[in-house]
Amino acid sequence: MSQTQQEQAFGQHLDDLYAEASHWHVNTGKETIHAKRVGGRFRTLKWWSSAVWLAFFLGPYLRWDGRQAVLFDIPSRQYHIFGATVLPQDFWMLSLLLLFFAILLAVVTATAGRVWCGYFCFQTVWTDLFTLIEEKFEGPPQARRKLDAAPWSEKLRIKVPKHLVWILIGMVTGASFVAWFTDGWAMWGQLLRLELPPVAYVTIAVFTAFTYVFAGHMREQVCFWLCPYARLQGVMYDRETILPTYDLKRGEPRGRVRRGDAVSEQGDCIDCRQCVAVCPTGIDIREGQQEGCITCALCIDACDAVMDKVDRPRGLIRYASYDELEGQPQPVPWKRPRVIVYAIIMSLALAGIVYGLSSLSTLELNVLHERQPLFVQQGDGSIQNRYTLKLLNKTPEELQVTITATGLPELVLVGAEEPIATAPGRVTTVVVFLRVPGERLPEAYSPVIFEVVAQGDQAIREAVESVFVGPG
Amino acid sequence: MTDETNAYDAADTGHVWDDNLRELTNPPPRWWTIAFHASWIFVVIYGILYPMWPTFSGYTKGVIGWTSIGEYKESVAQLEEIRGPFEAKIAQLEPAAILADRELANYTDASVKVLFGDRCAPCHGAGGQGNPGYPVLADDVWLYGGTADKIVESIVNGRQGMMPPHASRFSDQQLDDLATHVAGLADGKEHEAGKVLYTGAGACFACHGMDGKGNQALGAPNLTDRVWRFDGSLEGIRHTIAYGVNAPGVPETRNAVMPAFADQLDETEIKKLAVYVHRLGGGQ
Repeated sequence: MSQTQQEQAFGQHLDDLYAEASHWHVNTGKETIHAKRVGGRFRTLKWWSSAVWLAFFLGPYLRWDGRQAVLFDIPSRQYHIFGATVLPQDFWMLSLLLLFFAILLAVVTATAGRVWCGYFCFQTVWTDLFTLIEEKFEGPPQARRKLDAAPWSEKLRIKVPKHLVWILIGMVTGASFVAWFTDGWAMWGQLLRLELPPVAYVTIAVFTAFTYVFAGHMREQVCFWLCPYARLQGVMYDRETILPTYDLKRGEPRGRVRRGDAVSEQGDCIDCRQCVAVCPTGIDIREGQQEGCITCALCIDACDAVMDKVDRPRGLIRYASYDELEGQPQPVPWKRPRVIVYAIIMSLALAGIVYGLSSLSTLELNVLHERQPLFVQQGDGSIQNRYTLKLLNKTPEELQVTITATGLPELVLVGAEEPIATAPGRVTTVVVFLRVPGERLPEAYSPVIFEVVAQGDQAIREAVESVFVGPG
Repeated sequence: MTDETNAYDAADTGHVWDDNLRELTNPPPRWWTIAFHASWIFVVIYGILYPMWPTFSGYTKGVIGWTSIGEYKESVAQLEEIRGPFEAKIAQLEPAAILADRELANYTDASVKVLFGDRCAPCHGAGGQGNPGYPVLADDVWLYGGTADKIVESIVNGRQGMMPPHASRFSDQQLDDLATHVAGLADGKEHEAGKVLYTGAGACFACHGMDGKGNQALGAPNLTDRVWRFDGSLEGIRHTIAYGVNAPGVPETRNAVMPAFADQLDETEIKKLAVYVHRLGGGQ
């Protein structure tokens, strides 16, 4: 390469760099994005995925055994999920559940991009609903832009009802949230008679405010500047992640279709800007994958419709990975190490939850060994240990519980000669002692097993291993 | 074409430095302005509702009448409301009756633990495990009796051990013999010469009994069990026999004094402490 060629190439690089930077548009919400609504495959898919949120609104009204099917009863520290009652003691399962969903987010994002953002996120779904309402009141994007520019005297009449509907949706959202924590059917009456506790009204007010501001006013700004997950998910992409992508090789150089230009030097992109017009976050997908893209795929619908009209094959914008566009072979998702590792973690978390839910005991026992002193020598030379037993009765009735201890020869249990009465849903504390003749103690630390059995129902039992400490 | 260095066409202040850096009059971001106004509005509302400004004679009280001491007292009152029923029951019941009621006994354990830590733990240890020279409270060996009433008595009046020294009356050989005899009692072993002294010249039996099982009325310990009030080695036992316990004028004597708490603690507190001690592991 000659000197001049090098200089030319360098200049070209520099120009490219500036050209790239020149159309960087930082969306700080200065201008409201009015996205055009078009139909298509992904639009339909989006309706179905949004419908998942109907469960949020309708879930509280399901009944099970004469009470709410799913109820988070905070005052009595009980969580009813259909037949199961989960108490705070079982909440290790919640951490597994969170782990499961965190990894699910990772595996889905690594495979198919921001599926959560584009199809399921409440911000996306509520914004979609809010803009739909906006369109019903104010018309298509062009009309809305015109209305925005109009003087207040003109637009007030149209704008006010829209805002009222938005606020109403916010309120219903808040009330539906509250319904998960109290009897859903009874709540509405209490709500209107102002009989709910203040915290319920504060919750509804907060939800109303946030729904109205986030979905009505901030919209894509939340994804750009507030949501940490939006930024987090970008780093989970790799070369094999399929994303809504503009096929640069096929599309460029882009340009308007001119009649009579039979043989054209142009690419398939006719620069109609439909992909930009429909984008709810106001980006241009043709500039490549970027932080603003929530991978909702609405641009694919728009582009496909245009391609059909100009009689070119669909898929100028399509779900494609970086490797695919580069002509690299594309492995099947389940052969990718990331997917396999994620799947293993998810299965473990899920197995833990299934195990936890299936083994929810109705009588729970916690054994706390006294630490100071660890053991005491009695007058006859025997060694005594003190234990505090915490019995949690998860049945709805009072239980008479017998306590036994095993694990050492000549072990004597003191303090639980009579059955212990345990009130339902409460923790009963019992102080007991274990005593072993000194010479029968083989080790400084010996395992002992406490077992509790409900009288009258042998199936209600629980055994817990603890330790017996001696001088060794 | 917009000016890339002045995207919003703001006016120029005329301040230019480093050749081409211009200062523009862009307004602060909207969110910042909103936050700024929200802040001062918050301060004004806060100042109306809560105590805020010092005045010459005090301070502005705020219209809702909040004070930190008031909030504290409210919390204490809430606590008292929970504790009240338990305390009322405890005040009326005998220690033995409290011990029989598991819920009350658990409440007593939880509520008197701090008092035990303040008043008893310095000598007897945080868990009643004792300290060298101070008795273990968690075992079943009691010098003055292990019933709840006896424990109350010990706390109310205190206790003072008493054993005369024998160093001046016995020869070294006699002290050795006696100590060997006493040390063997727990294993059922007797020492001929020592036994003679125990039941004869030493008059040990007067307090500790012919069988060595002690006498709780006098606070004389049982010599046949495995728990020793003082050092249980042969050397330690000999020392106790030679110099006694709380013997006046004998510098080497063992000290065994528990102060009386009648003047320092009220009746309910003593009752609760007795229940607590009883439940440590050896109450009778």
